Amino acid sequence: MLDSLISQDLKMEKEKQPDEIVTTGVLESLQNFIRKCIVAVLSYGPMPRHIAFIMDGNRRYAKSRSIKEGAGHRVGFSALMASLLYCYEMGVKYITVYAFSIDNFKRDPTEVQTLMELMEEKINELLENRNVINKVNCKINFWGNLGMLSEPVRLAAQKLMASTAGNAGLVLSVCMPYNSTSEIANAVNELCAERRDMMQREHAGSSNGRAAGSGAHSDISVADLDRHMYTAGCPDPDIVIRTSGETRLSNFLLWQTTFSHLQNPEPLWPEFSWRHLVWAILQYQRVYPYIEQNRIQAKKQL
Amino acid sequence: MMVKLILGFLWYLIHLVISLFNLWSHLCNNLECYLISSELLPKFRNLRLEKLKYLGVVVDSREANNILKVKQLLWWLSTIGVKNVILYDVEGVLKKLLEPGIKASRDRNSRNSINVSANMEASHFSHGGMAVECLSGSDGKEGIAKAANLMYSDFCNCATHGSAKSDIIFTEADMACALRAAGSGGAEPDLLLVYGPVRCHLGFPAWRLRYTEIVHMGSLKSMKYGSIVKAFYRFSEKYQNYGK
Repeated sequence: MLDSLISQDLKMEKEKQPDEIVTTGVLESLQNFIRKCIVAVLSYGPMPRHIAFIMDGNRRYAKSRSIKEGAGHRVGFSALMASLLYCYEMGVKYITVYAFSIDNFKRDPTEVQTLMELMEEKINELLENRNVINKVNCKINFWGNLGMLSEPVRLAAQKLMASTAGNAGLVLSVCMPYNSTSEIANAVNELCAERRDMMQREHAGSSNGRAAGSGAHSDISVADLDRHMYTAGCPDPDIVIRTSGETRLSNFLLWQTTFSHLQNPEPLWPEFSWRHLVWAILQYQRVYPYIEQNRIQAKKQL
Repeated sequence: MMVKLILGFLWYLIHLVISLFNLWSHLCNNLECYLISSELLPKFRNLRLEKLKYLGVVVDSREANNILKVKQLLWWLSTIGVKNVILYDVEGVLKKLLEPGIKASRDRNSRNSINVSANMEASHFSHGGMAVECLSGSDGKEGIAKAANLMYSDFCNCATHGSAKSDIIFTEADMACALRAAGSGGAEPDLLLVYGPVRCHLGFPAWRLRYTEIVHMGSLKSMKYGSIVKAFYRFSEKYQNYGK
């Protein structure tokens, strides 16, 4: 069932529609069988629950293949859909992707416009044709300052979030437009507003003779801020993969990645494929004991 | 049961092959570091450090107890010409071990009547002409929580003085000011060297990690001078477009 959605030819440069990803033939069936065997072996060890991707390298990919920049992003979208399905096959429950940074608004306005149009087009495609979403029972979140998006994109994103809110399968969180420092500032704003409302309720309660609570008066803690991050309810990423070999996080999930294994494979995002994902998980499995020990120790100290 | 045994065997076999591959890479890396230290590779001889204003170093807390290695690392960095180093470990081991240096610096400042804020005095010292700042986990998320408390106090004060509560929206710039006031502000390192088994930033203060290049150096006990030179060389060749 899932096999029919996973393409065998991710080296194709032209854009693929998610519901056009099909596998046929004996050779492809054999490849699928081998892939399943490898996943079964991999699953003997610890598997990550949450993988975050910084999808870097779309423009360089387009340049290296002498195609238009926009086409590079389209191939990048195909790579995202393929990675989503591979992660589902491997039992990864949460995927977070850095689709658009607030800093990216500094790019050439034509490029930003092209990206926004691409995002709107892809979101509307997912709304109309729900093959991929339904097969993995995907819940889609859009994390970021959605107010900075143009209205059509924002409305499409909100519609997609609403239509998948009830799904209980794989959770895909798309960060756009996002940065970590903005997320932290937003959490502080929400916390202040929450405490203001609590104080108003306490004031109203005390004037009716009811006892006041202490919630609004205690110091703000790390746990309070955690509750107001976009990622509340989602476990911290086990692996953060930034493709194209770059070594920085570029203001992505800085709060949530304390014990995440940071990886920076050389392939550009459109080139990221199943074997790169397998390699990433193998690397994670080698460092898992250290990461887990640190996580447990940190929890004890809380 | 049999299937599980076979899967387990294959899993261990794959990881054994990877270990052998890593051993080979490690040997090649050691050879390269030796050649770099002996100045036999021309491209590593003249490092350009103009872009490296602040260097961050994350050390695994268990390894940070090895004070001799830490001091050797600081000596290497000052020899290369690094001007500002930010040391970090989650549990604050480095702050405790380097406390005599921090205390001496504080006494020097007070003798020379240099006014440094109490928060800065608590974690800064000088090492061979290089300014060193020590941070720990309490400067990370807890530092942001302290800053949030300051902002919340401002929020309540504005409310008390009659400003429209719903109009107050804190920006990232407000957050940065609050962090400085709470003693958790400071420069962002351009490059972060991670000494430990794994490439993790281990909770380095988030507000200071936005565009930092993060390089894994391996464990502190097997640190090599050549690895540092190689990391600096690669950093000098990097180009960042900051999202553009």
